[in-house]
Amino acid sequence: MNTSLILIIITTALVNNVVLSQFLGICSFLGVSKQIKASASLGAAVIFVITISSAVANLLYTFLLEPLHLDYLNTIVFILVIATLVQMVEMFLKKTSPAIYKALGIYLPLITTNCAVLGVALTNVQDGYGFVESVVAGFGTAVGYTIAIILLAGIRERIDESSVPAPFRGAPVVLLSAALMAIAFMGFGSLAL
Amino acid sequence: MQAIITATVLVGAIGLLMGLLLITVDKKFKVEVDEKELAVREYLPGNNCGACGYAGCDAMASAIVHEEAPVNGCPVGGAAVAEKIAHIMGVDAEETEKMVAFVKCSGDCENAAARAHYVGITDCASAVASGLSPWTCDYGCIGFGTCASVCPFDAISVHNGVASVDRDKCRACGKCVAACPKHLIEILPDKSKYAVRCSNRDRGIAVKKVCSAGCIACKLCEKQCESDAVHVENNVSHIDYAKCVSCGKCAEKCPVKVIKQRA
Repeated sequence: MNTSLILIIITTALVNNVVLSQFLGICSFLGVSKQIKASASLGAAVIFVITISSAVANLLYTFLLEPLHLDYLNTIVFILVIATLVQMVEMFLKKTSPAIYKALGIYLPLITTNCAVLGVALTNVQDGYGFVESVVAGFGTAVGYTIAIILLAGIRERIDESSVPAPFRGAPVVLLSAALMAIAFMGFGSLAL
Repeated sequence: MQAIITATVLVGAIGLLMGLLLITVDKKFKVEVDEKELAVREYLPGNNCGACGYAGCDAMASAIVHEEAPVNGCPVGGAAVAEKIAHIMGVDAEETEKMVAFVKCSGDCENAAARAHYVGITDCASAVASGLSPWTCDYGCIGFGTCASVCPFDAISVHNGVASVDRDKCRACGKCVAACPKHLIEILPDKSKYAVRCSNRDRGIAVKKVCSAGCIACKLCEKQCESDAVHVENNVSHIDYAKCVSCGKCAEKCPVKVIKQRA
């Protein structure tokens, strides 16, 4: 049991990295990766949101959609519930712990309906994960996202200081770096799990 | 048919439930926000562009209310928004000092020495990048009007090879400051009467060779100033407007008349 959970974390965080091998959540991956600090905050927010949302999505699926044979509705129901949930968490944090709210504040609404968040919930259903496995998979995926975005932010900080040929300046060099990272992450695919 | 009804009812019910839940949570966890903040936020444009330097309009509203940001800090809203916010904050909008952009160069076609006839893209940044400025002065206005083209208020025009700013139209948004490849444009208080119209950081003799109107860094202005506002740094005179009282003594003494009374 325990080894399989560790396996899930490694698989979701590294082998099937959400950004670099599944290509989900690219918008925020490229958008908020200019500084390591900001991307770490976003990563924390993503971990928070994905872990909670995969738990809720799993409960919703097992206790509502599956018994009613309405599993084809999972996408729209997940969107509804996750969006509400994140909004609620935001309000809750604003009231109870302004410090956390300030750190995550502007990033929470940003990732409300991020495709990575929804993607995890849907993949969990597809893979037939139970509650614990879903939460662990969600957590692992989010950690993978955080690793990827912090790495890219580090690369971009160094790119800013180096002289890039004019045609590659800006977005092209970032996309190239992301592509090289994706190739590097393919190496994890050979892990004999 | 049955399936459609169940699906619609289920999604509708979940939506309704979530809506109600949000309303209750919102009421229960309501954070008291300063009424002023809400009022200020109401007048801000609300497109969260971040041009003010804060993370969106909410953050800007909060900063204005806490007096960390000026009431006219929103470059998008401009004077109209500033006035309304000033009204909420109980500050007179007139009190907020009007700032204008100013081009620190007087190297027009008569004063500055031409280097060559420039044929190419008539854009200042391109000219600088190619190293083929039409003027011999390495610091002066190129005169292709990149600043004029970025000005959203149509306040900048190029006369006789030098850009100049229309003080009535300028809103001090700072776009020209960022656009000028020679970093010649400075935002200064509108009420200030005198300004140094040169940015050449070379020594006097070198300046004389390229422009008859350039600052030769003789420091006469510095000696004349009674309020310690004028200083020569990097071979060019600079006025500190926080200290300047617009007495005009520096302009009077300036041998090259580069410190001028502004029109």
